[in-house]
Amino acid sequence: MTSSKSGVRQWVSKTWEQFTTVPMLGWLLGALVAAILENLVGNTFARLVGMSKAPVLFGFDIALKTPLLIPSAICYVLVIYLLPVFIVARALRDPLNKLAAALLKYPIVVSAIVHLGVLYAALHIWSSLNDYRALVVKLILIAVILTLSLNVVNGYMGEFSCSHPGFMALGAYTASVLSVLFFVDGSVFGDALLPPAIGPFIFPLILILGGAVAALGAILVAVPSFRTRGDYLAIISLAFMFIVKSLIENLEIVGGPRGFRGQPDWANLPTVFAWTVISVWIINNFVRSTMGKALCAVRDGELAASSMTVNTSKTKMIAFLFGAFWAGVAGGLFAHVLRYVNPSTFGVQKLAEVLAMVYFGGLNSVVGSIFGAVGFTLLSEALRALELYKWIIIPVLLILVMIYRPTGLIAFREFDVSAMLQPKHKKEKEVDDAAASS
Amino acid sequence: MAFFLQNLINALQWGSFYALIALGYSMVYSVLMLFNFAHGDIFMTGSYIGFFVASGLIALSATGTVAMPGWLILLLTILISMFLTSFVGIAVERIGYRPLRGAPRASAAITGLMIGIILETGNLALLGASRKKFPDLIETQTFTFAGVSVTNTKIMIVAVSLALMLALHLFIQRTKWGMAVRAMAYDFFVVPLMGVSINTIAVLTFAIGSALAAAAGILFGVAYPILDPYMGILFGWKAFVAAILGGRGSVLGAALAGFLLGFIEIFVAIIFPSTVRDLIAYSIILLILTFRPHGFFGEAYSAQLRL
Repeated sequence: MTSSKSGVRQWVSKTWEQFTTVPMLGWLLGALVAAILENLVGNTFARLVGMSKAPVLFGFDIALKTPLLIPSAICYVLVIYLLPVFIVARALRDPLNKLAAALLKYPIVVSAIVHLGVLYAALHIWSSLNDYRALVVKLILIAVILTLSLNVVNGYMGEFSCSHPGFMALGAYTASVLSVLFFVDGSVFGDALLPPAIGPFIFPLILILGGAVAALGAILVAVPSFRTRGDYLAIISLAFMFIVKSLIENLEIVGGPRGFRGQPDWANLPTVFAWTVISVWIINNFVRSTMGKALCAVRDGELAASSMTVNTSKTKMIAFLFGAFWAGVAGGLFAHVLRYVNPSTFGVQKLAEVLAMVYFGGLNSVVGSIFGAVGFTLLSEALRALELYKWIIIPVLLILVMIYRPTGLIAFREFDVSAMLQPKHKKEKEVDDAAASS
Repeated sequence: MAFFLQNLINALQWGSFYALIALGYSMVYSVLMLFNFAHGDIFMTGSYIGFFVASGLIALSATGTVAMPGWLILLLTILISMFLTSFVGIAVERIGYRPLRGAPRASAAITGLMIGIILETGNLALLGASRKKFPDLIETQTFTFAGVSVTNTKIMIVAVSLALMLALHLFIQRTKWGMAVRAMAYDFFVVPLMGVSINTIAVLTFAIGSALAAAAGILFGVAYPILDPYMGILFGWKAFVAAILGGRGSVLGAALAGFLLGFIEIFVAIIFPSTVRDLIAYSIILLILTFRPHGFFGEAYSAQLRL
């Protein structure tokens, strides 16, 4: 028995070894091929294994609604997703390693753009199969921005901020009002002030303005709370969140508690994807910059950092406004994705969600935040079929994560893009090992 | 004048809910320096436990085996529910806080938040979405003095909450256990070396805080007899702010800030439309904290926080 078990284990580890040298490009291409395959034969195959159509989200919804279809859902995931990914990854391993190495001869941006292009293509094709998938992908991308921006404050700065829903609301409402005011003929603000055709080109500016308003709001929180270290940021930011929510509820011109609708349909998948990539890139550079290092120093010991010539109050202020800015941008995107905002969206529930994503993924880590946002959103969408019980399972999971990994699953890890894009040659590694041992 | 006095009494009643809940936050915060974000939902749980205890006692009384007058049922309901709900608090401490004693403080806040969500959802899953009506225990009588009408329930609510606060104050100031709590609040690194177990004291503060929240929940049920699973959210977060406003770990401060919040809310609702109540209440709190960052009675502290 034991020998067969170890045999299986040996086989698994041996097979896995085949894949350890697959470069990032290989996995992405595999995902692309899987997405194309699903587009071509997904529905046919789903009917073949007894489902009415291709499962929306990796079969979770089907498996939870009708447990009898669990084998078909597993079969579908295996054949349509996993098998193509692994086959493509293994088959194209060597040429792609060469390609990745060749790409790295140019500036790293070139390689990054190629990788992102493949990733986008895979996402686009995967999400084109139905609207729900497209919405989930957009919400995940926005959640990534939001989580990263909160991680700058709660992780890198080491304070506990509760005001992110408030910043998001500021950004969402500013962007919505601007785009409706200038580019929509309609009910609320009368005729459009500018021709709607140029709207999509002004959209980035609108989002940036939304972020700027959120950052202005952040000054209101930061000025009173940074004078003393301690939990005052938590309280003041919490009060700020409620103030923003209540303020919007009382502004009749933006619909009050009924919400504000009619945002133009500009936040399509490429736009949201581009904004997410830009935000990840900028935030990653920020936390790896001198400013980011200074921020970590302030977190670990404000007095020590200050004696090492770090201007602590300026550092904290910049980081806080930076985080708020991106939360505002995320809010603007969020409003344009749903094309409807409601002040009650930006309440305690949202706060719990954002905090959960940050602490689930991991503090002080861009990878962790991306993982947390993607994982948490996918999990909460996958368990949607459980309705009420979803809100018991997710908290229990999060409590377990907190107990066993108090700083989150992937905490304190740098997001090294160039290491990720490297070709993974086995030979080089062996050579390195040999050099290290001698 | 009569109008003012009338609203003063309403504010006293409204503020006593905040004050009782804020005390629970303040107790936990003083000892562990952690926020118990599940506290609002413990208030809700206490209210529901009170509902079941009261219903049970009424049923018992109706069978005639032990006939009890309404006030006795209410008193017993408060006492039994406080006792039962303290175990909810102890469970929260054991599950969400004790395993995270050495972890970053924010992680414990997250577990608290998540336990709160579990309590809300669990309630919804167990009892369904229909709201429960808290049984009428004492007949409402209205007294009128000089144009000010006071119901006996209002007097009872204010009196019971003041009595509980006084009891807590005496417990903290006069007993050996209270001394241990105060010492732990003063320095939770050194006091454990003196033979006071932080685990015991933490359990104690959670239990006392939850018992007070249960009392607040039942009093709330007597005044506003509709219970729903999300009632703890609004009260909890506001009382949390009140606890901070009172000053770190100050029992008196938390009680005063709770009453102050009640006053602000009631009087704002008179002058302005009631929709701006939260806006103005939180703005005033923000202003107070800007000028008195340590709250009313909190002493300045420079402890290195383990965030």
